[in-house]
Amino acid sequence: MDNPNQLLKISNLQVAFPTDDGEVRAVDNLNLTLNIGETVAIVGESGSGKTVTSLSVMGLHNMRTTKVSGEILVRDGDETIDVVSAGMEKVRGLRGRAVSMIFQDPMSSLHPYYRIGNQLGEAFLVHNPGKKKEAKARTLEMLELVGIPQPDKRANEYPHQFSGGMRQRVMIAMALMNNPKVLIADEPTTALDVTVQAQILTLLKDLQKEFKMGILIITHDLGVVAQIADRVSVMYAGNLVEQGSADDIFYNPMAPYTVGLLHSVPRITIGKKSRLQSIPGQPPSLISLPSGCAFAPRCTYIANAPAGSCDASLPVLTGTDSSHVSRCHIPEANRAALFSVGKAK
Amino acid sequence: MLGFISRRLTFSIITLLVVVFAVYAIFSLLPFDPAALTCGQHCNPQIIHSNRIRLGYDKSLLAQFWLFIKGIFLGRTYGFGASAFTCPAPSFGFSFNQNECVSTLLAQAFPITINLAIGSLIIWLIMGVGLGILAARYKGKFLDTASSIFVLLGISLPIFVTGLFMLIWVSLKWKIIPIQLQGYVSIFSNPIGYAKYFVLPWITLAFAFAALYTRFTRASILETLGEDYIRTARAKGLSEKIVLRKHTFRAALAPIVTMASLDFAGLIGGAILTESIFNLPGLGRLTLQSIYEFDLNVVVATTIIAAAVVIVMNLIVDLLYAVLDPRVRI
Repeated sequence: MDNPNQLLKISNLQVAFPTDDGEVRAVDNLNLTLNIGETVAIVGESGSGKTVTSLSVMGLHNMRTTKVSGEILVRDGDETIDVVSAGMEKVRGLRGRAVSMIFQDPMSSLHPYYRIGNQLGEAFLVHNPGKKKEAKARTLEMLELVGIPQPDKRANEYPHQFSGGMRQRVMIAMALMNNPKVLIADEPTTALDVTVQAQILTLLKDLQKEFKMGILIITHDLGVVAQIADRVSVMYAGNLVEQGSADDIFYNPMAPYTVGLLHSVPRITIGKKSRLQSIPGQPPSLISLPSGCAFAPRCTYIANAPAGSCDASLPVLTGTDSSHVSRCHIPEANRAALFSVGKAK
Repeated sequence: MLGFISRRLTFSIITLLVVVFAVYAIFSLLPFDPAALTCGQHCNPQIIHSNRIRLGYDKSLLAQFWLFIKGIFLGRTYGFGASAFTCPAPSFGFSFNQNECVSTLLAQAFPITINLAIGSLIIWLIMGVGLGILAARYKGKFLDTASSIFVLLGISLPIFVTGLFMLIWVSLKWKIIPIQLQGYVSIFSNPIGYAKYFVLPWITLAFAFAALYTRFTRASILETLGEDYIRTARAKGLSEKIVLRKHTFRAALAPIVTMASLDFAGLIGGAILTESIFNLPGLGRLTLQSIYEFDLNVVVATTIIAAAVVIVMNLIVDLLYAVLDPRVRI
C-alpha cells in the first residue's frame, strides 16, 4: 500500500463456493479501501456478500469449501500482508491483533462455559504469551473503557449474567484487547434494541477516536449507516453497485438499488396515508445469476435504460468522480432527476 | 444446593416406593399362588397353608408391602418358634427357590455386574469418544469413513451375535483373547484371572455402546464447531488446537457425560444378554431366572436396585452438569 493512511485495501476480491449445483459467486470483483480514523459501511440485503467479505478479510471462511482470489492487503505496523496469499499461520497472527471483529449476535458469540475475564484475557495472551499479569490489568482496563461498571467483579461472571447490550460491550472490549487498527463490525447492533443500539454506536465512535482505528461496518440498516459511516459501499448479489461518501449515497444516489433501499426506510415525516415502499421481488439466487444486470428483474427504472441493455450486460462502475461510482445503464445525466429521493422529501 | 439435594432425595424415595408397590401389585395380579410355589415335591394343602402364614402371604397386599418395607430397615423373621429364621437388615425377603435370603443373593450378584459395567464403560468411553473426535477432526477423510463402518456394525449387530462371535471364534477357535471359565475372582486377589474373566464380556458390551458414542461425539463436535463462539475464538487468533481443545471439547462433551451416566445406570440393572452369553452370575441373570421362577422377592429387590441406581445417577448427572455448564445453577 502506497498511501500511509491506508489500513486495508481490498482489490478484485472474488469469493466463490463450489457446490453440486454450480459455483456460488458470493462476492465478485470487489474493491474497497479503509483509512485511519475512517468508517466505511457495506450495505446490502441478506445474501449480497457483506458478511462473506468481512469473513474473508479475517481469513475466517472455510478454506476447504471456499475459493478466494484477489488481494486483501492489511497494514500490520510497517508491514503489509496479503490475507489471500499469506499462509494460515500468518493470518492467524493478524487476527485479534491487527484486525479484530465483532459479530451480530452477542448472545451466542461469547463462550457460555468460560468467565468473561478468562475470555478477554485469552485474547490478550494469544498474542502476548505468558504475560498473565498484563492480561488481567488490560482486561479490567478494557471493561472499564467500554462502560462496564465494577469491572473487577464482572470479569468473574459468565456471559449469561450479562444483558445483550453489555455482552456486545464485552465483545468490543475483547476485540480491542490488542489495539487493532482495523475493526470489522458485522451487524453489531442488529440483535439489540434501538436505545442500546445508539449507545453501542456512540461507544464505537468514541473508541475509534481513542484507538485511531478504521472501522468496516457491515449492516443492512441505513439508520446505522447515517449515524456512523463516512463512506458507503452498496452491494447487491455479490457486486458493488454504488460506492461513495455517506452524503453522496443519501442525497445523491446514482444506482436504482440504492434508491430502492432509501425508499424502504421508514420516515417519521411520511404522511399517514402513504405506505412504505419496498423493492419488489426477491434477491436472485447466486447460482443462477441473470446474465445482465442482477438487479434488472426488480428494477423500477428499467424503462429509462437503453432498450435491452440491462439484460445484455452487467453495467460497469462509472462516475464523474472516482470517489462516487455506481453501476447502471441509465445515462448518468438522466439519473439525478429520476432518483431525486432524499433531496425532495 | 443442599435444598436441591434434599428435595431430590425426598422425591427419589417416593419414586422408589411407587416402583416397589407397582412390582408388588403386578405380581399379585398373576394367576398363581406364591405359597404353592414354595413347597416342592411333597406338597399337600397343610404345608401350603402353613407356608402361606409363615411367609406372610395370607395378609393383604398393603400389609405385605408394609412388612417388606419394614424388613429393609429392621430385618425380617419368618415363622415362629424353633422353625423361625431371620434375614437380617437390609432384608429384601427370602427366596424359596434358592433357599437363601435375597440380600445374600444380591451380595453375590452385584460385584459381577458392577465390574462388568465399570470395565465396559471405560472401554466404550475411550473407544467411542476417541473415535468420534477423530472422525470429526478428519471429517470426510478415510478415518471418518472407517469409523462410520465401525458405527454401522456396532449399532446393527446385536449383542447375542457379537457375544457368540467373540466367544466361539475370537476366544475358543482363534485363541486371540483367552477366557477363564473358573469363575469370578476379585481384582485384588488375582488381577490376571479377573481380567481374563471379564475381558470378553467387556469388549462385547463396549462395542455396542462405543458405536453409539462415536456417532454422538462426532455429531456433537461438528455441531459445536458451527457455534458463533467458536468463530469468536478463531477471530481472536487462537490456534486450531486451542479452539478444539479448550473451546470445542468442553461444550461438545458435556452432553456425553449425561448419556454415559444414564447408560451406566441402565447396565447396573443388569446386562441380561451379555451376562447370559458369558455365563456371568450377575444381577441381570438373577432377575431373568427369578422372573421365570416367579420368585417375587428377588424380582422386587433387583427392580429396587435398578430404579435406585437410575435415580441416584440422575441426581449425580444434575450436579455434574452444573459443574460443567455454568448456565445450570442449582
